[in-house]
Formats: sequence, structure tokens, C-alpha cells
Amino acid sequence: MPKLGLDIDQYLRTEVLPTVWCPGCGNGNIVEGIGTAFQRIGLDPEKVVVVGGIGCSGRTPFYVRTNAMHTTHGRALAYATGLKMANPELTVVVTMGDGDALAIGGNHFIHAARRNIDLTAIVYNNGIYGMTGGQEAPTTPVGSRTTTSLHGAVERTFDTVELALAAGASYVARTTTFDMQEIPLRIEEALRHKGFSVVEVLTQCPTYYGRLNRIGDPSDMLIWEREHTADEPVTLLSREEMVGPLRTGVFRNNEDPEYIEVYREMCAAQGGSYAAS
Amino acid sequence: MATATKTSTNGKDTRRLIMGNEAVALGAIAAGCDFYAGYPITPATEILEEMARVLPRRGGVFLQMEDELSAMAAIIGAAWGGATAMTATSGPGFSLMQENLGYAAITQTPCVIVDSQRGGPSTGLPTLPSQGDAMQARFGTHGDRPALVITASSVRGCYDATVLAFKLAKRHRMPVVLLFDAVISHMREPVEIPPPPPPPVRNFPALAEGDPRFGDAPFVPFGYGPIAVVTGLSHGGDGLAETRRGVQTEAMIIDSISKLDQDPEIRAEWTGDYRLDDADVAIVAYGITARAAREAVDQLRERGVAAGLLDLRILWPFAHQRLREVAAKSKTIVVPELNLGQMVMPVRAAVEGAAKVYQLNRADGTLLTPEDIAAFAISVQGGQDA
Ligand SMILES: Cc1ncc(C[n+]2csc(CCOP(=O)(O)OP(=O)(O)O)c2C)c(N)n1
Ligand code: SF4
Ligand SMILES: [Mg+2]
Repeated sequence: MPKLGLDIDQYLRTEVLPTVWCPGCGNGNIVEGIGTAFQRIGLDPEKVVVVGGIGCSGRTPFYVRTNAMHTTHGRALAYATGLKMANPELTVVVTMGDGDALAIGGNHFIHAARRNIDLTAIVYNNGIYGMTGGQEAPTTPVGSRTTTSLHGAVERTFDTVELALAAGASYVARTTTFDMQEIPLRIEEALRHKGFSVVEVLTQCPTYYGRLNRIGDPSDMLIWEREHTADEPVTLLSREEMVGPLRTGVFRNNEDPEYIEVYREMCAAQGGSYAAS
Repeated sequence: MATATKTSTNGKDTRRLIMGNEAVALGAIAAGCDFYAGYPITPATEILEEMARVLPRRGGVFLQMEDELSAMAAIIGAAWGGATAMTATSGPGFSLMQENLGYAAITQTPCVIVDSQRGGPSTGLPTLPSQGDAMQARFGTHGDRPALVITASSVRGCYDATVLAFKLAKRHRMPVVLLFDAVISHMREPVEIPPPPPPPVRNFPALAEGDPRFGDAPFVPFGYGPIAVVTGLSHGGDGLAETRRGVQTEAMIIDSISKLDQDPEIRAEWTGDYRLDDADVAIVAYGITARAAREAVDQLRERGVAAGLLDLRILWPFAHQRLREVAAKSKTIVVPELNLGQMVMPVRAAVEGAAKVYQLNRADGTLLTPEDIAAFAISVQGGQDA
């Protein structure tokens, strides 16, 4: 296989490169973060499945050299729930866009969090529908321009972190593609965490969000990310307080009962031996 | 019909009085099902409840999902996790499953979906029987795909159809649909059911790095061999997307469609004949309507009409060849259905004018009775019996 010369080459499906992503897109940084986290933990690629939804971000499974499952728009977490329950020995990572995870797939997102099933969900939040050409997403900041909000978005913006916390996720973090060192760190923490883990990564879509909002080139967008976020993981801010920068960091990391363990105990109480093999 | 045999080793009747839905659950367990995901809906709910009761005891997985979209997604995920998986629903839920059902087809994922039909469209006639999903079961998902759809007309038939569905899903690596209806699912009959086997042991063929994973390749889930790529995009044997032209996917789909037609077990189970050999009038029916039609055949025979029944036990793939054979002998074909005329379309297409085809339809939630069918057959037959 061709080498990129990165020390995470073993976790990249280099033979399918280049990616479908535009130059300057933030998605590649997240893939690098995933590979780095895998390498730090030393995961066996045969025992890992990266499950993607549909969208630019949903293509991630093709680029990570592990098992890959590229599913349907919005349903990645539902596929992953069945997969993980069928074989809890597998490490299951789910990569979704903001529209994928929070609009069409919002129901599966809250229920996966409610079950607290041991999955690592990575939400690529570029504030827009990238793959379909720049339409408004539930995460589009109020006032932003997209092809379906040319006069500025008027709908209120979804906060992935607040949603994940309220629904019961037991690990919740937010970072950005500006924070290159932090992405693998958070993903590694999420992978090591037993329970439903959400890592939201604010990422740049220069092709649509950047162009429509005249933010400039990809590096200007990274600076924009830095200027609009603050490393201060506080939640439950009032509406007035929320006008400030978007908070990043680890918002929750606790040891709530994890679904597979709870299920195993329920089976044992009935005389069944779940996932004994 | 109920082949309720009284095996009385000690003189006792060992049959159990169970409903169609329980027979489905028992058939699933007998076939090695160890994963169920679903969402409640009448008239399929008892399958969900029975699996919720039984699977944890056997160390299997029962998941009540947030909707039918996720139930369908979960069983596909489960199959790729190595489970033998199923779900059950009725029309509204079956509609929601269609996109992911197409995903199961293009990714060649073995799984079983029960649709116990009720009146539609929309919420329609909850809990009243219908055969309104015969075409949805075949063409409901976008794009073309091989389809395997099995029906039953008795409680024992539900059990046997379920066992067969799992076997064929595995053999052909595809989603198999069991198409029942509110009456068959809720009806109780005494049946002899063998005791459940122990929980299944997972066993998959060994693959080497670089071996194909799709097309003719055996189904090997994640974690049981070299890493695999699974996608709903058109792909080749290696699973990698082919986005410019879908040549390989088209070839794989055509190939699996043709393999269904050649499967000896499908050929053996395809249709059930009743007094058809010398029939002038052939009634072509399936599911609950085949049950009434069988009775209608006897009534017609008593009245001097040489009638017979062709029961479409496997609805899809459609038994074209058998229909042509029937049409060569029976010049009148009657197709009674609890819908406004669905399976009569492929019947007409197969017969190609070799026999006269008459359709008898009812979509108000009421069953067609043997008398309805017999009277209709007589009326179209040109007054032979008058
Ligand atoms: C059921 C369904 N509806 C719509 C689409 C079209 N579609 C593809 S990707 C997408 C949205 C992508 O946005 P997002 O999830 O934010 O991912 P991104 O491309 O921004 O990474 C849509 C609407 C689809 N593939 N399937
Ligand atoms: S459209 Fe946007 S999100 Fe999609 S690849 Fe291009 S830059 Fe990235
Ligand atoms: Mg997006």
C-alpha cells in the first residue's frame, strides 16, 4: 500500500486516496485524529468498525483502515447499536455530519445517548450540509448564509453538547479543527470511556460555509474557529450568556451504567449468557 | 392448511394451541435467530413481545428501538456483527423500513423482516387484514433488487415459512420478507412444534486477506475475518465504491436474481397445488385468501365445477413458469386478493392471454369468504353451474 509517511499510516486506507473532500476541508484533520487515537490505544483494525452516515463526513469509514460501514443518511447510530449489541467485543466508532446526526438522525442520537450504549459518536459540525451543496443545517448559526438561508438563517441553532448531555450521554466533549492536538486526545478519551461518548468537532467547510459567509480561505476559517470558541466547558448557560463564544472542552465524563453491561446482567438474571463467547 | 398432526407417543395430544405470531417467534428461535429489534405495531406486536421474553433467557439480544427505521438498521448492523437477526412490523412500519431494506439488499446482508399486513394506506384499518403490501414487499425500496417474499395460510405455515426464510436469507445473503396478515397472525390453531434447539453457535467460513466479500463471496461479518468495507454505494466484490458506473453492482444484482429462480428449495416450495390437475378454473391466491380459496375449490367441485387452487407460497420471485403451465390447462384463472389488484398484474403478465384472468378484490378489511370466491368463479365461468 502507498505510504503517506505519517506514523498513523497503518490506520489509513491510503490506496483509495485522494479523498472526495475539497482542498482545505476540515474532515481530513478529524480522520488524522481518529487514526492517532487508534494508534495510541493500539487497536486491532479487525476488531474496530467505523460506521458512517451519509454526507461528506459520512465518507470517513473509507479512509480509515479498519472495518468500515457506510450506512444511510441519519441512521448510522441505529446500525451501530445493532452491530455493537451483536458483538460487544468490537470497538464501534460512528462518524456523522451535523445534519446527519442532529436533523434526520436526531431521534437515533437522543436514544443512543439515553441507552448509554458503548459507542463513540463523532459529530463533524461544519454548520451546513456540505455534500448536497451548502443548505441550512440545524447547527447553522443564526444569521449565517446558506443556499437555503440566503437572507441569513432565522431558525435557532442546535447545541450538540447540550442535547447530548440532556439525552444522557456519559462522555461529552467539543473541540475544533483549529485545536489539532486536542482532536486525538478527545477521541482517545471517548474510546476509553465505557458508555455513549460524543465528541463534537467544529470543522470548516470552506467550499460552502466559508464562501457563502465570506470568511475567506481555510486558514481564515480556522482563525474564525479560534476567535469564536473558548476553552471553558460550562453548560446550561442562559440565552443571554450563550451569545458569547462557543464553549469547548470536556463537559461530562462519568460512570453511568452502560447499556451492554446492564443488558448482560438482565440476561444473567434470566439464566441467559449474553455475549459469552 | 394446518398440518396439525397428533403425535401421540403416550396417547396424549402434544399439540399446542398458539397464534400465528407465536409460531413466527418459535420458528425464528428454531432457525437460530439470536437478535431481534423492533417497534410495537398491531398486528405484529406479539412477535416483539415473545422475542423480548425468550431471547434474554437464551443470551440473545432483544432491542426495542425508537422506530422502524432504526429497527431495520439495527438488524442489518447486527447481521454484520455476526447475529442471526430479524424484525417484525405492519404496513406503516414496513414503509419506514424501505430505505434500509434496500441497504440490506445492496450490501447482501442476510436478515428476516415480517410484515403482518393490515388495511392501508396510512393508518388505514389497524388490526383488520389486508394484502395491500404485496407490491411494496417487492418494489417498495428505490432501485432494483432481488426479492424473496414468503407467505403462509395457517399457523403451522407461519412456523415453516419463518424457518425457511432464515435458511434462504443465509443461503442467498439477502433480506427475506415474510408477508402475513392480521388474521393469520392472530389466529390460533393446534400445532405440533419441536422443542427449541440450544442457542446457536456462530460459525463463518475462513477468509484470507484480499478475498472478495460481495457477489458470490460467503457472508463473513466484521470481526470474523480480514477487515471489510460495507457500503450502500454501488461497489465491487471488494466493497469499495464504484461511483462512475454501477457495472459490478448491476451484475451482482442480476446474478442473485437468477440464482433465486434456480434454487431447488424455492422451486419446491414456490407454489402449493390443490386439485389442480384437471381444473378448468384455477384460483390463484396466497396467504389468508388461499385458505378461503381452498375451501372454495371443494365447494365448486361439489357443484360440478372442476376448480383447483394454485397457492403462491413464495410470492416473489414470481412463479412465472408455473403460471404458464396452469394457463395451458385451465382456461379461466381467478385471482382473489384483499387489495385492489396487485398480484393479478404478474399473473396477467405471465399468462400472456393464454387464459382469461378475472380479479376479485376487496380492500375494506373484510375477508373474502369461500362462498364469495366460489360465487365469483361461477359468475365468470359462463354459467356452467347455473
Ligand atoms: C434520506 C436521504 N435524504 C437526503 C439525502 C441527501 N443528503 C446527502 S448528505 C446530506 C446532508 C449532509 O449534511 P451533513 O450531514 O451536515 O454532512 P456534511 O456533508 O456537511 O459532512 C443530505 C441531505 C440522502 N442521501 N438521503
Ligand atoms: S463541501 Fe465542505 S464539508 Fe464537503 S468536502 Fe467540501 S469543504 Fe468539506
Ligand atoms: Mg454538515
